[in-house]
Amino acid sequence: MASEQNIKNKAHAALTKKAALGADIDLTAFADNATEKNYVSDPAKFSSEQKKQLESIGVEVAGGERAGTYMQLDHSIVHCSASNKGLEILSTDDALKKYDGLPSYWWQAVEPDADKYTARAALHQEHGYFIHAFEGAKIDYPVQACLYIGQEDIVQDVHNIIIVEEGAELHVITGCATDPQVKKGMHIGISEFYVKKGGKLTFTMIHRWGEEVAVRPRTGVIVEENGLYISNYICMQPAKNLQMYPTTKLVGPGAVSRINSILVAPTGSHMDVGGRAILDAPGTKAEIVARTISTGGIVINRGHLLGQSPETKAHLECHGLLLSDEGVIHAVPELEARTSNAELSHEAAVGKIAPEEIEYLMARGLNEEDAIATIVRGFLNVNIEGLPDALKREIDSVIQEFSLNRQ
Amino acid sequence: MLKLENLSVAVNDRPILHDVNLHIKPGEVHVLFGPNGTGKSTLISAIMGFARYTVTGGKIYFKGQDITKSSVDERARLGIGVMIQRPPTLRGLTVREMVQICGKKQVDVDELADKINMVEFLERGVNEGFSGGEIKRSELLQLMAQQPDLVMLDEPESGVDIENIALVGKSANYILERGMRKNGQTVKKYRTDRKKSGLIITHTGHILQYIPADTAHVMYQGTLACSGNPQEMLSCIQKKGYEECVNCAL
Ligand SMILES: Nc1ncnc2c1ncn2[C@@H]1O[C@H](COP(=O)(O)OP(=O)(O)O)[C@@H](O)[C@H]1O
Ligand SMILES: [Mg+2]
Repeated sequence: MASEQNIKNKAHAALTKKAALGADIDLTAFADNATEKNYVSDPAKFSSEQKKQLESIGVEVAGGERAGTYMQLDHSIVHCSASNKGLEILSTDDALKKYDGLPSYWWQAVEPDADKYTARAALHQEHGYFIHAFEGAKIDYPVQACLYIGQEDIVQDVHNIIIVEEGAELHVITGCATDPQVKKGMHIGISEFYVKKGGKLTFTMIHRWGEEVAVRPRTGVIVEENGLYISNYICMQPAKNLQMYPTTKLVGPGAVSRINSILVAPTGSHMDVGGRAILDAPGTKAEIVARTISTGGIVINRGHLLGQSPETKAHLECHGLLLSDEGVIHAVPELEARTSNAELSHEAAVGKIAPEEIEYLMARGLNEEDAIATIVRGFLNVNIEGLPDALKREIDSVIQEFSLNRQ
Repeated sequence: MLKLENLSVAVNDRPILHDVNLHIKPGEVHVLFGPNGTGKSTLISAIMGFARYTVTGGKIYFKGQDITKSSVDERARLGIGVMIQRPPTLRGLTVREMVQICGKKQVDVDELADKINMVEFLERGVNEGFSGGEIKRSELLQLMAQQPDLVMLDEPESGVDIENIALVGKSANYILERGMRKNGQTVKKYRTDRKKSGLIITHTGHILQYIPADTAHVMYQGTLACSGNPQEMLSCIQKKGYEECVNCAL
């Protein structure tokens, strides 16, 4: 087990280590003098503008149909509560105290010296959530977590841990956003998720960043025997500089992961988003499905399947739709088999909407704009389990925006 | 209903159709025979206004209106409906949603789907993994909802197995409102009451067993070579082949 000192030493050594992917962010460029925010016992007390922003990232401000809520504003925890007995929600700092440093979980799925961002988080970390579903607990409603940047020019470094114990089931919806006024800032998020034997974790993450915000999530997931991990990632607003490459490691026989993402890159966005699934035990299965749209921005969509155990099966699907001549979609699918009976496949298609598809709908009476909007809506319609209604409306409104803004 | 005057059409600057003249009156169903690659599908596509098919000469009139330059959706809304040979797949758009899009008014999608044995396909993506016959049934279902006044079907029987050919024919008749004569309705009244028109491309003629057509035309090398009684022409083509059949008429 890595001792605390060990982690710090590693992090120190990696403080200037550039990440393998994505533009190098100058961390000294942020003033980062956040003020302490007050705890909000009732999240309904947020301003109406903030509430609107929160709802757009899937947060039920009133807490209805939620098994618990964690809210962090800049570096301060403003709300943390659980309403289900099978569940524990703490800040990671409190969890570290309560569980003697969480030796089996703390920096066990992500390396502290992976790059300068993980290193910074290891040294500067300010909270993050610890969500723990107890053995056998089937948590009926989703837990919502919100990481919010409310102040200009700060760096938010959070470290999140989710543990789904044996046979437990949990859905976590994480919304990350900046206050509508905030233009510049940085978010570093370390996330380590552990799905134990027969457990099920659905993790839905929605990003809505300010246009000048740099974002570097670093996520590692470990899934044990017959565990199931479903991840849905949605980013449909401009993000100047977003790079992430979550890695899911299926370590127990029969473990399954399904990773969906929906990315929409408007002009000015640079999104380098990928995912890796490591099939490390017999009979594991993985699926990565990405739908990307560029309305003028740059999207690099990566996917890597690594089959290193027998009887494994995985499929990678990336479809990109280019709705503007200025945009770029670069799909990088990778398949790597290290055993003769790993069955890995991929399907990638990037391009404009085929004119035949538009005309097909026009021949049924739709005008050109409605035909395009219909195709885009269908394109984004990957079956996302448990998507909150507010988010479905959000997706619809984004689709609506395309059809209106199309040149 | 539809009138083509000296219509010439090119695809990628290559002339395909030359001076085609055709008049389909309200209530009439015409069939179009012709060997492969002769321009039958091109004709339907040009009538629908698909962008690849450039009208290089002549006019298209629909219900008396010059639609030669109208957009595809304008033509659809005026009352033209088409079943093309190989429609594209629309990922993520269900057949149910597609049928609702087609429906001028609110339609009972389930009831229509039941008529054409498509209930199980309603929640699937349009044409996603469909067999040839399933595509045809899905197209007919859309047309049932669309209720066009001119129905153009491009080889409705191709890829359809024997059991389903009758179903395809029945559905086409439903769209053409060519059902049974009502009680007490005279044959004459039955004929004059019909308003829906059709243009049906068939390579094999099988579909004629189910859809009574009024007139047939043979397209040969991009022109309408001859016209006449559908059954007579079909047996002529079957006996002598297109070349001779066309020659005798010329
Ligand atoms: N979309 C297209 N692109 C290129 N060539 C086409 C296209 N459509 C038709 N053609 C050409 O036009 C000619 C007529 O084709 P088509 O109308 O499909 O014939 P038919 O339906 O009678 O078999 C053929 O030579 C075909 O290759
Ligand atoms: Mg054809």
